[in-house]
Amino acid sequence: MSLMQSTRPLDPWRWLGLPALACMGGAILFAIPIKVFSLQLPEPVFPMVLAFAWAVIRPSVIAPFVLVLLGLFLDLFWGGPLGLWGVSLLASYTVVLASRSIMTGQSRPMRQVWFAAATAMTMLTGFLIASILSLAVPNLLSVFWQFLATAVLYPFAHRLIERFEDADVRFR
Amino acid sequence: MSFRDRSNFDMKVPLTWTAGVAVIIAAVIGVALLLGDRRETLQGQAYGVTKNVVDTLSAPVSNTLATPGRWTGNVFDLARDYLLAGSQNHALREEINDLHVWQDKAIALDNENQRLRAVLGLKTDPPIPMVTAHVIADSRGPFADTRLADAGREKGIAAGNPVMSDRGLVGRVVGVGHDVSRILLLTDIASRTPVLIDRTNARAILSGDGGPNPKLAYMRGQDPVKVGDRVLTSGDGGVFPRGLPVGVVVQGLDGAWRVRLDSDSSPIDFVRILLFTDFSQIAESKDAISAPLPALSTADQADVAAKVKAMSAPAAASQAPKTGPAAANASATAKTLANALAASKTQPAPKHPPPPTPATTPPPDDDTP
Repeated sequence: MSLMQSTRPLDPWRWLGLPALACMGGAILFAIPIKVFSLQLPEPVFPMVLAFAWAVIRPSVIAPFVLVLLGLFLDLFWGGPLGLWGVSLLASYTVVLASRSIMTGQSRPMRQVWFAAATAMTMLTGFLIASILSLAVPNLLSVFWQFLATAVLYPFAHRLIERFEDADVRFR
Repeated sequence: MSFRDRSNFDMKVPLTWTAGVAVIIAAVIGVALLLGDRRETLQGQAYGVTKNVVDTLSAPVSNTLATPGRWTGNVFDLARDYLLAGSQNHALREEINDLHVWQDKAIALDNENQRLRAVLGLKTDPPIPMVTAHVIADSRGPFADTRLADAGREKGIAAGNPVMSDRGLVGRVVGVGHDVSRILLLTDIASRTPVLIDRTNARAILSGDGGPNPKLAYMRGQDPVKVGDRVLTSGDGGVFPRGLPVGVVVQGLDGAWRVRLDSDSSPIDFVRILLFTDFSQIAESKDAISAPLPALSTADQADVAAKVKAMSAPAAASQAPKTGPAAANASATAKTLANALAASKTQPAPKHPPPPTPATTPPPDDDTP
């Protein structure tokens, strides 16, 4: 019994399901059409938090599919090309997953740099896909603003990592 | 030793490999979605059932969230108006003085316009009906700029309808549900809008790039544009009616000609959807163009035979040389009519007589000197 508990210490609903729902909620909340002193709300890519944190916490079979679903939700909700965010998020997830052994034991500022780099990779992938699909170059300043709005979400990723990183001793 | 009896660390490698395979499968799904999407097309059916369902489902949620957002926005607007009342008052007085001059000009021009139209007998376009809608969700990223409005098919909205704010063009409808519609903004990277420069009448394509100021591309002519020029829709292609205000020309940091959109300065939460339908938007336009001509009836055949006889008789009896242009024309027309008659005999006559068609063949007397 104790062996079973140790082999399945992470409840998928807790570390995959609830954070995914929270990201969807965040995306819906920030899509409110509101202008404050002629300024609109930023549009961060909330699932980027999960693409980074899930890859750092442990390899998972479900996580990449949930990421694609979240990307699909963003595409549908924001009215973009289907698959754009799914592929972009998956690209950075794959890179972080492959290099998670390097990140283990890193300090918080260093991880923040890694998170920014992963976010930049997601944006770059989105940039390339959008360029190919629409045969036009997306506005770099606009891409930078979205990168910035997403990069400041690191505290959420850090909290998720801190909460679940040690939950599965096999992948420490 | 059973699988469960192995130590945890023995399972690490298989699990990692399985996760890797899952990543590959998920990537294949994502790429397949990308390749299967047809976002850039204007056709309503290209928008897809999935997108329509998501729009319909998210509409009530977004609407509920947007309502307090609107109240908050109103509170901020009130606060700003209160703080800036003095300077706004001054600016409005100046604007009113300018507008008085414009009003006089507009009255004179309208009067002249009506007289000229009456003289020329021009048929004016009927007024375009419109629907006002709330914006309930707004995406403004670099790869997608769209809005969700709370009016749909029930109010007569169709894919392709132009959308305006109270100041200028916002975009066009790309997806319609029962009571919700998706608007592609002019700033979206997939948006291409035919426009004209009001001062020079030069044509261009307004291309969105995800930024706030879309680019003017494919401009023709020498120096067709300068900073401050007004940009209007050209109506080319029939997607938008001609003359909708779009914005003012500015030069971007990259040196490209861009447009500061009029709609930027208007409230974000209301739009007007024009129920504009052009001939090119009619779904069965291809069928209408390629419809076969009605077959000739028996009465028509007799008429054509009489004309052939009338044309060939003087030509045969004439003593004049048959190399002149009049004789050649008469002979060619007679041949065409004879061929038409022969072709009509191979087709069955319709049960009902076809509607009368305007005569396109000139009478033989016209060609004779």
